[in-house]
Amino acid sequence: MCGIAGIIHRDGPGDIGSEITRMLQSMKHRGPDSTGFALYGPPDDLLVMRIKLADPNDNRGFGWGERLERHRNEIESRLSKIGATIDAIRGDQEYAYRIKFRYTGELKPLADYVEDIPGCEVLSLGHSLEIIKDLSDAESVAERYGLAEFTGTHAIGHVRMATESDVDISGAHPYWAYPFSDIAVVHNGQLTNYHMWRRRLERKGHRFQSECDSEIIAVYLAQKMDDGLSLETAMKESLDELDGVFTYLVVTADALGVAKDEMAAKPLVLYESPGLVALASEEVAIRAVVGHEIDTYDPYEREVLVWHL
Amino acid sequence: MKIRYDARGLAEPDAQAPNIAKIEGEGPARQAVFDAADLSTRQINLELRRLVYYEGVADVTIQNPGAKHSIAVGILTRCRITIEGSLGYFGCGLIDGPEIHIKGRVGWSVAENMMSGVVVIDKIAGSLAGAALRGGDLVVRGDVGARTGIDQKGGTIVVGGSAGMMTGFMLQRGRQIICGNVGGGLGDSMYDGAIYVGGKVTSLGVDCVEAELTPGDHELLERKLRIYGLEPKASFRKFVCGQKLWHYDNLEPAERKLVL
Repeated sequence: MCGIAGIIHRDGPGDIGSEITRMLQSMKHRGPDSTGFALYGPPDDLLVMRIKLADPNDNRGFGWGERLERHRNEIESRLSKIGATIDAIRGDQEYAYRIKFRYTGELKPLADYVEDIPGCEVLSLGHSLEIIKDLSDAESVAERYGLAEFTGTHAIGHVRMATESDVDISGAHPYWAYPFSDIAVVHNGQLTNYHMWRRRLERKGHRFQSECDSEIIAVYLAQKMDDGLSLETAMKESLDELDGVFTYLVVTADALGVAKDEMAAKPLVLYESPGLVALASEEVAIRAVVGHEIDTYDPYEREVLVWHL
Repeated sequence: MKIRYDARGLAEPDAQAPNIAKIEGEGPARQAVFDAADLSTRQINLELRRLVYYEGVADVTIQNPGAKHSIAVGILTRCRITIEGSLGYFGCGLIDGPEIHIKGRVGWSVAENMMSGVVVIDKIAGSLAGAALRGGDLVVRGDVGARTGIDQKGGTIVVGGSAGMMTGFMLQRGRQIICGNVGGGLGDSMYDGAIYVGGKVTSLGVDCVEAELTPGDHELLERKLRIYGLEPKASFRKFVCGQKLWHYDNLEPAERKLVL
């Protein structure tokens, strides 16, 4: 089933960390397996990278802690080898880190070099995007990763009921459009031509870390934008090129978009005001952040909507 | 509000009706009103059931429903329910008898499988409004989403605004009156029944054809729209089943033997 939510403040930063947590928590019944957040903080010259070194449900055999410590040190040394200067490094969990660093080169060699460490996955990389995802519900993930204090302009999130792949962090949304900075996607639905698109994108040199069909949407859109299309045009093309049922949300450094498949098979409720746009699989999620009585509406089939900051 | 689940995953297995409704008036004219803002879905429905079944109140108003799901479902007695706000998914499903007035909007699958009664929605409805409707009137003053009245088996759906795609998909019996435009695939694979459209039709679905309006149709349209205070349209068109997919009597001899 899955639940998706998005919020964008068009009149300056807001408390997106606690807002998206409340939205996702109110939709816990749609997916209790894992929860993920893609949050946009204030843009910075420095890059921010979120990584995981292992999965929380991995078998924690002898030397688990030491291995993680060794891999973390390896990341630091690899980052400096490739020419990045680390500004700050913080561990929210023993297997999940946030690294802030200065770097001006290509992102793909850096991300590939870091991911070459066993068990390591780059969850997000960009100047303002941070992806946090873990098992269990929104409130407990937000608490473990300290998201209550997170302020920014826009965010999306996802509560997952696993249908197509494993219950682990790699299978949790949102997906970062590896290796394009600051683009992420959450998706409710199933893609039926997933393998075809995965092979096509792999031939272009992209890597996929999970078996989850949603992972290709992010890379698909980012590749189109890299080829020169606008976000809106790329999303419109996806309506014809992606098969299956989907309602997905996509975020870039300065925009939030939603697209719905031609059968309108997955729900989405939308609330729009001059300063704030909130959208979610259920209206209760929107009411969790908007205090007053509201009027909402549902986009129809094949609709593509984009809001810019 | 924290909702507890038992070992089987059932929500609030030992919930009790909160007993907070204010009841005014005497005898059959008694009216009850309660605020649902701080209640869970199960508490709202328990309170509603307590009022209409055990207290015998025939007029209940629910305030601040807050777009919660599955409100006012399975009410099997004649009563009047007013909902001052919006509902989430599966509102007013499986009912037999009540007259329900919703002053806000509703999400997907409103009045699913209604047997009899009236549900009036002042704003818009999501997809699957009146799915598998068996009887009664479902009235949406605003727009509706896709697949309105999917698998409808009776009753009447009236939409004041426009309808989305696949309206009347697999319609088996009953009527739909859409005052505005309809999306693609109107009446796809319908078996029987009639769909009246006041606005533009994007495209017809498989085996759906246009038919002439009879004096009976005009009388029905005039009466239904007048009851619910909707603008009567001069130019309604009628769509029915083309009967090209009817193969009920064309069984192979071997199948016929099996059936008999």
